[in-house]
Amino acid sequence: MSGPAPALELRHVSKRFSGVLANDDVSFAAAAGAIHALVGENGAGKTTAMRIAFGLLAPDRGEVAVDGAPRRLAGPQDAIRLGLGMVHQHFTLVDAMTVAENVVLGAEPVRRWALDLGGASARVAELARELELRVDPAARVGDLPVAARQRVELLKALYREARVLILDEPTAVLAPPEVAALFAVLRRMRRQGRTVVLITHRLAEVLAIADEVTVMRDGRVVAARPAGGLDAAGLARLIVGREAPPRIAKRPAHPGAPVLAVRELTILAAGGASGAGLAGGAGSAGGRPRLDGVSFDVRAGEILGIAGIEGNGQSELIDAIAGLADPAAGGSSGTMILASLADPGVRYPNVVAIGEDSAGSGAATGTRAAAGSTATGGGRVDLAGTGPGRRRELGIAHIPEDRHRRGLLLDLDLAENSILGAHQRPPVAVGPLRGWLDRAAIARRAAAILARFEIRPAALGLPARALSGGNQQKLVVGRELSLPPRLLLAAQPTRGVDLRGSELIHRHLVALRDGGCAVLLVSSELEELMTLADRLLVLHRGRVAGELDPARATVEEVGLMMTGGGGGA
Amino acid sequence: MSAQTAGFLALSSVRMATPLLLAALGGLYAERSGVVNIALEGLMLAGAFTAAVVTYFTHQPWLGLLAAAAAGTAVALVHATAAIRFGANQVVSGMAVNVVFLGLPPLLSGALFASTSETPPIPRGELLPRAPVALAALLVPLTWYVLERTRFGLRLRAAGENPEAVAGAGLSVERIRYVAVMLSGALAAAGGAYLSIGQASQFSRNMTAGRGFIALAALILGKWRPFQTLLACLLFGLAEAVAIQMQGAAGAPVQFVQMIPYVLTLVALAGFIGRSRPPRALGLPLAPRESGR
Amino acid sequence: MSEGKDGGPRAPDPRPARFSGRVARLWRRCRARPPTGLGPALAGLGPALAGLMPAPAGLGPAVARLRPALAPLLALLAALAAGGLLIAAVGDDPIAVYGLLLGSALSWPDGIGYTLFYATPLIFTGLAVAVAFRAGLFNVGAEGQLYAAAFAAAWVGITCAGLPAWLLAPLACAAAVAAGGAWGALPGIFKARFGAHEVITTIMLNFIAIALAGYLTRFHYRQPGDPILETRPIGAGAHLARLGSLVPGLPARIPLNLAFPAALAACGLVYVLLWRTRWGYELRVTGANPDAAAYGGIAVGRQLVIAMAISGALAGMAGINEVLGYRYRYYDGFSGGYGFTGIAVALLGRNHPAGVILAALLLGALVRGGLFVGIFSEHVSRDVVLVLQGLAILFVAAQRLPGRAAR
Repeated sequence: MSGPAPALELRHVSKRFSGVLANDDVSFAAAAGAIHALVGENGAGKTTAMRIAFGLLAPDRGEVAVDGAPRRLAGPQDAIRLGLGMVHQHFTLVDAMTVAENVVLGAEPVRRWALDLGGASARVAELARELELRVDPAARVGDLPVAARQRVELLKALYREARVLILDEPTAVLAPPEVAALFAVLRRMRRQGRTVVLITHRLAEVLAIADEVTVMRDGRVVAARPAGGLDAAGLARLIVGREAPPRIAKRPAHPGAPVLAVRELTILAAGGASGAGLAGGAGSAGGRPRLDGVSFDVRAGEILGIAGIEGNGQSELIDAIAGLADPAAGGSSGTMILASLADPGVRYPNVVAIGEDSAGSGAATGTRAAAGSTATGGGRVDLAGTGPGRRRELGIAHIPEDRHRRGLLLDLDLAENSILGAHQRPPVAVGPLRGWLDRAAIARRAAAILARFEIRPAALGLPARALSGGNQQKLVVGRELSLPPRLLLAAQPTRGVDLRGSELIHRHLVALRDGGCAVLLVSSELEELMTLADRLLVLHRGRVAGELDPARATVEEVGLMMTGGGGGA
Repeated sequence: MSAQTAGFLALSSVRMATPLLLAALGGLYAERSGVVNIALEGLMLAGAFTAAVVTYFTHQPWLGLLAAAAAGTAVALVHATAAIRFGANQVVSGMAVNVVFLGLPPLLSGALFASTSETPPIPRGELLPRAPVALAALLVPLTWYVLERTRFGLRLRAAGENPEAVAGAGLSVERIRYVAVMLSGALAAAGGAYLSIGQASQFSRNMTAGRGFIALAALILGKWRPFQTLLACLLFGLAEAVAIQMQGAAGAPVQFVQMIPYVLTLVALAGFIGRSRPPRALGLPLAPRESGR
Repeated sequence: MSEGKDGGPRAPDPRPARFSGRVARLWRRCRARPPTGLGPALAGLGPALAGLMPAPAGLGPAVARLRPALAPLLALLAALAAGGLLIAAVGDDPIAVYGLLLGSALSWPDGIGYTLFYATPLIFTGLAVAVAFRAGLFNVGAEGQLYAAAFAAAWVGITCAGLPAWLLAPLACAAAVAAGGAWGALPGIFKARFGAHEVITTIMLNFIAIALAGYLTRFHYRQPGDPILETRPIGAGAHLARLGSLVPGLPARIPLNLAFPAALAACGLVYVLLWRTRWGYELRVTGANPDAAAYGGIAVGRQLVIAMAISGALAGMAGINEVLGYRYRYYDGFSGGYGFTGIAVALLGRNHPAGVILAALLLGALVRGGLFVGIFSEHVSRDVVLVLQGLAILFVAAQRLPGRAAR
């Protein structure tokens, strides 16, 4: 590249996280005074690359250069000094403090002994005016909607005179008019001569605003070019890569009657400052509904795939069906009806009883069926008002998207992990009041799961913490599939699992389907969805953007729909 | 009630509130920075004992007060090191400090003065004058000013609310918290010193009798804010003054008055007197396992 | 620093396998782990110890099973060392003082008898704190719970004094258990319902229980004219038999009573409850990971209340030892911190019933020996026991060694 040196460069950067190459020889250059889009799927390594650029991570190999000069960054303070600024996906703001206080934190103007808050407010107001950002310096950050918080983060960077601004998925939490406003601000910043690096996976945004594009996939840079010559289809192909041949053979589905009918499900975002954890930020205040009038059926014997960029309502959908919806959320409406066992249209998945010898499995199935039918009586169960325990009793299993947060008891042993959710019923809980844990049955069940899912090391007494991530995931999958379920909610079932493990899990999911179970599959890996799903729904901004037949749809079509770039199928 | 009794009661409440206020303000610094300080009781005991001993030997109450503050700072440093550097459970390490200082002062007193129940009395003229009351009162606006209007205060509050924001701004959360906890120790110990060389004239075994916990309760009731904490301390001081007043009268249920601070705190925690919201990062160790990355 | 909060989108398993090699395998055998709150504090010790003491080849599983005891043992040794320095500083010979401490605690029959007597309430309170810890709760309120229970036991013993022994003693015990359980359940409800932290609420409830019992004693159940704040004696039917009447060679003047075997039985019951029943499983799951518990269909709020009620009931049994087994009345200030010592017992016993018994015996011996140290040594008073105990808690808590925290 000739001419002026790029404002920000990564040169042959590699970074490994516990064995996985998150960045593999990444070279990246953002020209001064331009808006540079860094695009790729979730997990492509975009955020890692930019955290290295900002000094938050040290690269294993390679270097960072600012204005053409290689720099050693010991931490973000070095990056800030060199004129870099970064707005993280999860904001780092103090809710209880004012906008001005947040902006100046760490670089406070001081007059004699005291903070010069008046001066700070004036400077913040001035910066805001220059960029036409609507922000009240005296407002409490906790009272602000998400879009305004993002403006505060921008101001923080600008206050420290950042010449290069890195924004990590800034539009994920914004409604369309807010996105337009943000882009206007970014353009104004470009006019001021600043450089903007925009991490995103939304094609429309790239095409709308970027001057240059770098595409990453699987930790590598696969393309770097001016945005001018690109169209949506070409970009989508670059992002998702070529279609790989399906890895597992799958017979055509023979779907039965609907097991779950979801109608007009709407979940509002949490309101005000009441929600939000330590990290504050994303998804806490204001904004659009997390789910907006979603309707669909999942039928027995089919895998319904849910495609979408992460954060478009998939997690909320799964949580709502599992009965784990965040009570701090702003409220919900719509219905979820589960067909009961008495419903003649639904076949019970007796083929896939896992983890028991044949006699045991028969018994387990028998009791489950009895419990289900006595409990429900009629044909359908409205899930409203039932807790997660009851839903499990009704035959809903759930592979959670974050195994550490929900799926595992890291300090308890594998046997104890293998019964979570099944511990309230025979064969695990026996005796009076089902109060006694049958240790032999637990050991049998756990050993069967370890064997069937090839979990290593297969020692029942190990704490779950001692397993590798892939083996932990197989343990969770094995446990949920062994319930056995009538409806399986599978969220990111192969996240962090190696190829062999993924194949194993895929095989089991298909076998479950063939046994008559209804499977709702959420994945951020398009390839996984295209391979496994019998039908594909695309979620975009909490709405069903369309339904596709994965056998006939192309990756480009799906990619376009996911990124809001296309119409219906 | 006559005007005289009322006046006496008011004066007595203020005197009773003073050690509570000093300790509570100490707790305020630690907790607003994100470190639970359940060690106030032990810190007060450490201060009370140090002040009594130093004053007894030097005949200088102000030196005693200073020594108490220094001792409190040192003890708080132990708590801070356990909690911040070693990532110990902050409640556990605070309880440990309390237990140690339940035992250490009588042990040392026994070795120094051959009496484990109390240190020798200090002559009246060598006790602290009323000044600490005024001093404590002054500390309230000062604390407010430090928290709300100085750079240190801004960073301290941010460390207690969202340490990631502080770290992201290139500041050391640890350093802020160390300073806050040590300040906390100095103030709580000063409160203890006021007990032994202000209100009384010697140190006696377990002389705080739970005042460190009452101070903690006042801090919660005061919603971790200086002026509201002052009000809570005055209220608790009044309860104590009334209880003392009643001790003379036979048949008066002193215990009910003694219960007031605790019951009020429970009520406040249940959200009946407006929600008492602790600093958001209170008690959370800093990103435990991931620091290496 | 905030780095690594979510360290790159791909990092599939942000938690690296923490141990490796065969030492690690041995360590992993140690299944009894502390609950989440203390987990990080205590867990780090494993690899550190493993590094400190490379296991010799052929180390049997029996030895490996002892490994969890090493961390508290180290803390104890460190506390003894620091305490030794202190003793030397005040002018006594640490060896002689510790010798006196141990000798007076282990003499037969008085030393051992009293050691077991002092250990009895500590087993109960230690068990109480341990059960709460297993559910992820920190019960600082065992002191208040045992006061509430002791008063309830005395109240039954006084008001139903006419009942026959076979009815009265169990009734008084039941009253103690119920009162302790109720007093323990309160902070559980506060937490489940209002999110109020149990540490604060239990401290408040401690003072309230003591004041309330004091009030009732003073105005309703005191012997007229008695200058001491204590109730009238309980009916003879409520007295628990002293072990002296059952064990040959043990004089009846030693107040060791039936509460001691009951304490051992309680440990067995708690073990069975926690590790053999569905309810115990749900309690431990809640403590290990509340989000996972909710996901697994466990009502987390209810678990918090149940765990605190069990904890309070256990703490309440400590009151039985005092009221029904020793003083035969309730009197103000009888405990002297059993509830707080229970925290040390639980921590040193790694929240396991077997560990609790060992730790309680140890601290019981310290209490017994401390009395003699106070009487017979020149400078050191029995307060040295408190200092040792506090230091041991501090060292156990701080055993997340600093090497890992280096940044």
